[in-house]
Amino acid sequence: MASALDLAAAVRSGARSARSVTEEHLAAIDAREGEIHAFNLVTRDEALAAADAVDAAVARGEDPGPLAGVPVALKDNLCTRGVPTTCSSRILEGWRPPYDATVVERVLAAGGIPVGKTNLDEFAMGSSTENSAFGPTRNPRDTSRVPGGSSGGSAAAVAAGFAPLALGSDTGGSIRQPAALCGVVGVKPTYGAVSRYGLVAFASSLDQIGPFAATVDDAALLLDVISGHDRRDSTSIDAPPTALLGDGADVAGLRVGIASELTDADGIAPEVRVAVERAAAALEAAGASVERVSVPSTVYGLSAYYLIAPAEASSNLARYDGVRYGLRVEGADVEEMNAATRDAGFGPEVKRRIMLGTYALSAGYYDAYYGQAQRVRTLIMRDFAAAYELCDVLLSPTAPTTAFAFGAKTADPLAMYLSDICTIPTNLAGHPAMSVPFGLGADGLPIGVQVLAPALGEATMFRAARVVEAAGVAS
Amino acid sequence: MSAYETVIGLEVHVELSTATKLFCGCANEFGAEPNTNICPVCLGLPGSLPVLNERVVEYALRIGEALHCEVLARSIFHRKNYFYPDMPKDFQTSQYDEPICADGWIEVDGARIGIERAHMEEDTGKSTHVGGGGRIHDADHSLVDYNRAGVPLMEIVSRPEITSAEQARGYVTELRAILLAIGVSDVKMEEGSMRVDANVSIRPVGATELGTKVEIKNMNSIRSLGRAIEYEIERQTLQADAGERIVQETRHWDEEAGVTHGMRSKEGSSDYRYFPEPDLVPVAPTPEMRAAAIAAVPELPAAQRARLVAEWGISEHDARVIVATPGLAAYAQGAVDALAGGTAKDVVNWATGELLAHGNETGAEPADWALDPAGLAELVGLVAEGAISRGQAKEVLTGSLAGEGSPREVADARGLAQVSDEGALGSIIDDVLAANADAVEEYRSGDDKARKKKRGFLMGEAMKASKGQGNPQLLNRLLDERLG
Repeated sequence: MASALDLAAAVRSGARSARSVTEEHLAAIDAREGEIHAFNLVTRDEALAAADAVDAAVARGEDPGPLAGVPVALKDNLCTRGVPTTCSSRILEGWRPPYDATVVERVLAAGGIPVGKTNLDEFAMGSSTENSAFGPTRNPRDTSRVPGGSSGGSAAAVAAGFAPLALGSDTGGSIRQPAALCGVVGVKPTYGAVSRYGLVAFASSLDQIGPFAATVDDAALLLDVISGHDRRDSTSIDAPPTALLGDGADVAGLRVGIASELTDADGIAPEVRVAVERAAAALEAAGASVERVSVPSTVYGLSAYYLIAPAEASSNLARYDGVRYGLRVEGADVEEMNAATRDAGFGPEVKRRIMLGTYALSAGYYDAYYGQAQRVRTLIMRDFAAAYELCDVLLSPTAPTTAFAFGAKTADPLAMYLSDICTIPTNLAGHPAMSVPFGLGADGLPIGVQVLAPALGEATMFRAARVVEAAGVAS
Repeated sequence: MSAYETVIGLEVHVELSTATKLFCGCANEFGAEPNTNICPVCLGLPGSLPVLNERVVEYALRIGEALHCEVLARSIFHRKNYFYPDMPKDFQTSQYDEPICADGWIEVDGARIGIERAHMEEDTGKSTHVGGGGRIHDADHSLVDYNRAGVPLMEIVSRPEITSAEQARGYVTELRAILLAIGVSDVKMEEGSMRVDANVSIRPVGATELGTKVEIKNMNSIRSLGRAIEYEIERQTLQADAGERIVQETRHWDEEAGVTHGMRSKEGSSDYRYFPEPDLVPVAPTPEMRAAAIAAVPELPAAQRARLVAEWGISEHDARVIVATPGLAAYAQGAVDALAGGTAKDVVNWATGELLAHGNETGAEPADWALDPAGLAELVGLVAEGAISRGQAKEVLTGSLAGEGSPREVADARGLAQVSDEGALGSIIDDVLAANADAVEEYRSGDDKARKKKRGFLMGEAMKASKGQGNPQLLNRLLDERLG
């Protein structure tokens, strides 16, 4: 399979047409999408029109940009002008945003070809894509297994070769965990590195958009395109990002820490722990130093996350009330209409989290729940800051196990929540982290190793990730 | 003497007159076609994010300065969560425990009323309930106009230190004058750009604990605010005297009936689940912004009134009217500056009399009157130099306001001129005395009462003979000279 970098180079040089690249990927979708269900919608006509525009630019002697002619799959919680954006929820069925998300604008401006909207757990709440109102996505490596979630459709699209690149969103691990389960690279950037404008909010203080790709360099290509200040997002970082692509620096002298609490947690499969150790050994062999580092308060990450994220979600999802857009179920008066619409439109996991969050913010409980969770968040930041005094990057598992079977965790929400135990702390800290494939488990399914870095440490993180990637391929 | 004393706190919402809304670039204007000033942000569409309008912060800083508030170096926005169809996100972005301004005061007729806080927040859209009972719960259907959604508001909360309806009126009048002077709002209660809610309670005289407060809403003028508070004090007093418990509730002022009604109470008390708005960063005004705000606050109404009383020799009442009427102080100042004859007091008499009446009738702002400040100065000059009488001046003013031209042009065109020629007026008087010899005789022989009566008669005849154009002072003098 050609890399995104190679495809873009071929299109920019005129060696290949964007149309042929796009048609080839649409054919791959046609061949296997029925089995995988990575997409809620394949935007065939729009993709071909965009490809023709890229080809026309090349014909005029213009450079269409770094993503020239490269198909990109978009998670269906990213707003696309005139194209349905559902968040895999009945409540948004039929809604067509009147605007493009900033990341979509940037992909288009760079010559990228959006090929469709990918499936997700409803409103990005879940770790298996089984919470989609439109049916689950299957893991292309083994269709009896989940692809992970919530960005399961985007991870599966890249793993199945439907698109070399995809965008997802990561609130507690929703890019990294499915990347690990599908055997692709997935990056959650520093909070504020990528504009959230046009990302349908789940938990505003945790959400971040990031890339999926088959390789670390392809992920760097897409992240370079979407990063950078956007005045429409007040939390966007107002500083020029460091280019990740073409960074030739090696890892000599890099201080690598294995994050003890995240690697030794209950439920981490031994083979996953071994993968982390071997990734560390590969870095050491490349000139880095390795030690074990403790980030003690991360053990409270899951608990804090399941108060903060639902609290913000309960407020962010209030607007789906049947008044202005999406589903409306009539009622005798406006309150009944609101209630009936939300009852019919939201699935069980979304309702569970809205109720959790509403409770956590209620008078009399706020300080014990939401307030306490925010204090834990501060502690986690402090512990990470201490760890990054000793290390430049940290390593841990991305997910406790390889991809699990459909239905394995649906009956027990807490078991499902534990899928994100290694990824959640970085969201609470606002730091970047990425999952890099590192060999296969006993079941023949991919294992992901997580590389973590301090805020705005993407360049260092990618350097380490390239070494891990190479070692993983060799293993 | 009532056995109770009244405690009132006022919450005033003021729409700021910025060009654009609080969190987006949509126009902030009153009266546009429904749902034309809207965008993904103020409609709260999925994926949209707010960006704070820096001009709103500037205005908030000005308000803080004018109300003697402490301005916080860092304040934050919160979300106030509740469902309502005219609120697009089903939460209001507002400030909660860290408002931009706190602990201020204004002076109202010599008393200092504390300001607890002043904070920024967004306005909601506007619902129109059609058919049925015309209220949200019994209408056939409702229409929502989101033009107002996201319009910037300052909520200014007084301390519960107001003790009467009259003082409440005075507080709002003064606050309104201050906000007008600093140019942050057009403060029109009728158009809703200034909305006042009153928290009213009573307690036995001398008690230190506050009584149960009742919130009253829907007063659309300062006058109705006073009436509503008076009604509410009376209602609570009657209830307390009857030994009934006063219920904490929100009541709706019915302007026509002159009463307050309890509003449909929701089950349980509302819990707004405030939490810090994660989509916005803290508001931290720079020293430059603070300095600019201080520089942008002009002479405040209280100081301006005192100056006008001293410099122009006008009454406190007239100074109050001049300063409280939008645009009138600048107008009067322009006329005073242009005076060639007459006094500032003359200018103010016209401004607070006929001109203000004209403004109220037509709804036109002073800046838009057809008679400009220089024209008013000209009119005052014409009267002062005796060219026209005060009665004629009113006719000239009407003509000028109708667009007929400057006062001099109107007077010329209408042939209005005062006769001040002593010889001409003298012969008129001679003729009148000759034709009314009986009256002259009765004047000379009569008592004081009869003399006064006859003199008035003769003066009237003389004015009539001059066709109303005789200079009255001159006619008086000439008549007195001849009657001896």
